[in-house]
Amino acid sequence: MRVMAQMGMVMNLDKCIGCHTCSVTCKQAWTNRSGVEYVWFNNVETRPGQGYPRRYQDQERWKGGWVRNRRGRLQLKAGGRWRKLMTIFANPVLPNIRDYYEPWTYDYEMLTDAPLGDDFPVARPKSLLSGEPIDIEWSANWDDDLGGAPEHGPLDPIVERLRKESEEKVKFTFEQAFMFYLPRICEHCLNPSCVASCPSGAMYKRAEDGIVLVDQDRCRGWRMCVTGCPYKKVYFNHRTGKAEKCTFCYPRIEVGLPTVCAETCVGRLRYIGLFLYDADRVSEAASVADEHDLYEAQLDLLLDPDDPEVLAAARREGIAEDWLDAARRSPVYRLAKQYRVALPLHPEFRTMPMVWYIPPLSPVVDRLTETGHDGEDAGNLFGAIDALRIPVEYLAELFTAGDPAPVRTVLQRLAAMRSYMRDVTLDRPRDESIATAVGMTGAEVVEMYRLLAIAKYDERYVIPTAYEGEAHQLEELGCSLDVDGGPGMVAGSGPFGEASGRPAPVSVETFHALRDRQTSESFADPGTPGARINLLNWDGKGRPTGLFPPPHEVPPHEVPPGPGDITGRSAATPSSTDPEEGR
Amino acid sequence: MSTLDILLWGVLPYVTIAVLVTGTIWRWRYDRFGWTTRSSELHESRLLRIGSPLFHFGLLVVIVGHVIGLLIPKSWTDGVGLSQQAYHVQALLLGALAGFCTLAGVAILIYRRRTTGPVFAATTRNDKLMYVVLVAAIVAGLVTTLLGAAGGEEHNYRLSVSPWFRSLFVLQPDIEAMSHAGTAFHLHTLVGMALFALWPFTRLVHAFTAPLGYLFRPYIVYRSRTGGSATRAPRRGWEPTNSTRRPRQ
Repeated sequence: MRVMAQMGMVMNLDKCIGCHTCSVTCKQAWTNRSGVEYVWFNNVETRPGQGYPRRYQDQERWKGGWVRNRRGRLQLKAGGRWRKLMTIFANPVLPNIRDYYEPWTYDYEMLTDAPLGDDFPVARPKSLLSGEPIDIEWSANWDDDLGGAPEHGPLDPIVERLRKESEEKVKFTFEQAFMFYLPRICEHCLNPSCVASCPSGAMYKRAEDGIVLVDQDRCRGWRMCVTGCPYKKVYFNHRTGKAEKCTFCYPRIEVGLPTVCAETCVGRLRYIGLFLYDADRVSEAASVADEHDLYEAQLDLLLDPDDPEVLAAARREGIAEDWLDAARRSPVYRLAKQYRVALPLHPEFRTMPMVWYIPPLSPVVDRLTETGHDGEDAGNLFGAIDALRIPVEYLAELFTAGDPAPVRTVLQRLAAMRSYMRDVTLDRPRDESIATAVGMTGAEVVEMYRLLAIAKYDERYVIPTAYEGEAHQLEELGCSLDVDGGPGMVAGSGPFGEASGRPAPVSVETFHALRDRQTSESFADPGTPGARINLLNWDGKGRPTGLFPPPHEVPPHEVPPGPGDITGRSAATPSSTDPEEGR
Repeated sequence: MSTLDILLWGVLPYVTIAVLVTGTIWRWRYDRFGWTTRSSELHESRLLRIGSPLFHFGLLVVIVGHVIGLLIPKSWTDGVGLSQQAYHVQALLLGALAGFCTLAGVAILIYRRRTTGPVFAATTRNDKLMYVVLVAAIVAGLVTTLLGAAGGEEHNYRLSVSPWFRSLFVLQPDIEAMSHAGTAFHLHTLVGMALFALWPFTRLVHAFTAPLGYLFRPYIVYRSRTGGSATRAPRRGWEPTNSTRRPRQ
């Protein structure tokens, strides 16, 4: 047994309202740069739908993940090492930018600079890649909220598969349609096929917390990781020619803060914590013969943090005490293994993904009540599981490789929790048979309810900091400060100005930013270079001056006319903000 | 042996090697982040799928041909009983075929680069200069090969260019031999030297990190948060006290 720690996330899909706040804050923090305009480390998909990039789940086309070969061993679906090197000059299964979407902006200048005329000026969309005007025909959330579902919905790979069995299962007529949201980040798999696909060895799984990262200095842009990831969560920065991916916000995780997507989640549906797993058995678990056994095999890998044997083995591997303590309090372990209500996304890709999902229980109570039944009675609820609006088969294709049994169990547990908690809330005698019917005890149901419904910040995010785990190496911090020019010179000033030279390590940058903030009288002055607000360090308090660029100064003699006189300015001075223009 | 000969075939090669080596070291130390293929396959793959393998595989054969032609002395092939005539025919066929593949490949790639909007927009001036020199080197090389074919056995480069090339590495450049080679060979060699001098400063550096190690490493890479290339080794004389660790490499 070789115990390793893994940061994991659970998302409770019942609470996701599809507001995309996670996507937007993630993009602001990580991918608001040129070259990754089309990249969303976090995206929220409407299911059924094609997803982002289009139809990424169709591995017959995209060849992501692993397959079990005839000898019972795992091999990359896109081919082994030789095949990778032979196709390195032109990767045959790399998604085109249009499979994501062509990023665009609008010709906003036209709105203010257009000459006076009879028509309203229009800001036309233009491509961010070529600068040419484009017609917008697809984007990351084109089919959001079932938009265009009669046309796009049938192209969902899961819908295609279900309809092969029965035309009846998925309907897109208004009365029979269903949908739910699926927020996706990198799965930080235990058996990452992107890492295995990287020819230059630039991608790695961090030994301490299992976060999968790309070493930007070693990536050579061979693009095999993009193909290797079945979730298509490794992206190619077309400007730098390097792969980039979700980092699990490691600079935040290292200091005990949740990821940006989890922190800003409006529905508070994300849980972050530790798993302890047996690294020696990962390949064995990922290569079980029957796809339906993959979910169980993955659960088997997760070790019980209360088991003294596991703890002893973990200590032998040098896992710090506060990490073991965090593992014991881990909300994700409880949801995935103890209560068994969280399921992995597409276990059939055999990558052992570590972002888990609690499947959505459709609005079942109202439906039952409409038909004259007691909508919160356990018996009625259990009976209704198979008649839910979201077909169990659809969820099973997403979360259990098509095996409906585990999904049904989860939904029954969620239904039982509602029914059991009704008695608690109404102060009626508790009906323990409800809990035992789903294989739980009443106390467990109450605990699960607490975790799912009212858990506070520090219960949802149990994140040990990196520091105690490596206290013996803390002097590294001291060494890192003796850069040329001494402490304080870190913020981006190489020999040829800002952004030249080698980047400062994130830990050093974070250290300086936090220290500056804690020891200075005022907020950062945006006038000084390098004093911009780093969103990763911003604690959400106040509105620091540096957060937004200073307002545009208008010279006093050119004060624009009041709001009543809209036409006056454009007629007199079409574009005369520049006094040097001499008109 | 004129002064120009000495400069071109006695001095310039060493200047080229010096630029190539120091340039590569400098690039590796200073700009490892920029060390990439800068692939544009994301934007366009239909033409790339034909042009890129054609160019790269053609080029690999061309490189092997150069190695054989320049490094293996004529006496060795004579020794194994390969006649000059036979050697010439196989070198010509293989060389011309590989050269044409390379040229066709690069032609497709340049056409694609010029006509695909996003790819053209991502092309730097550095790339354009590199393409000019690269195509010039390929064309000059192909011309020397074809001239050799047209004129029958007009000039045997294995008695002029190859001895000169080998003599460079023992620091006794055989300038005399090289000065007797034809103009086409001179031109090809000069353009070739220009290409090698340019190499470290262009995207061509990706060739130096061809990922052959992939064949031998385990599939899943684990790396510790500390160590690795992300953190610096303490500078000499700045190692922390009581540190039994060796400085990180």
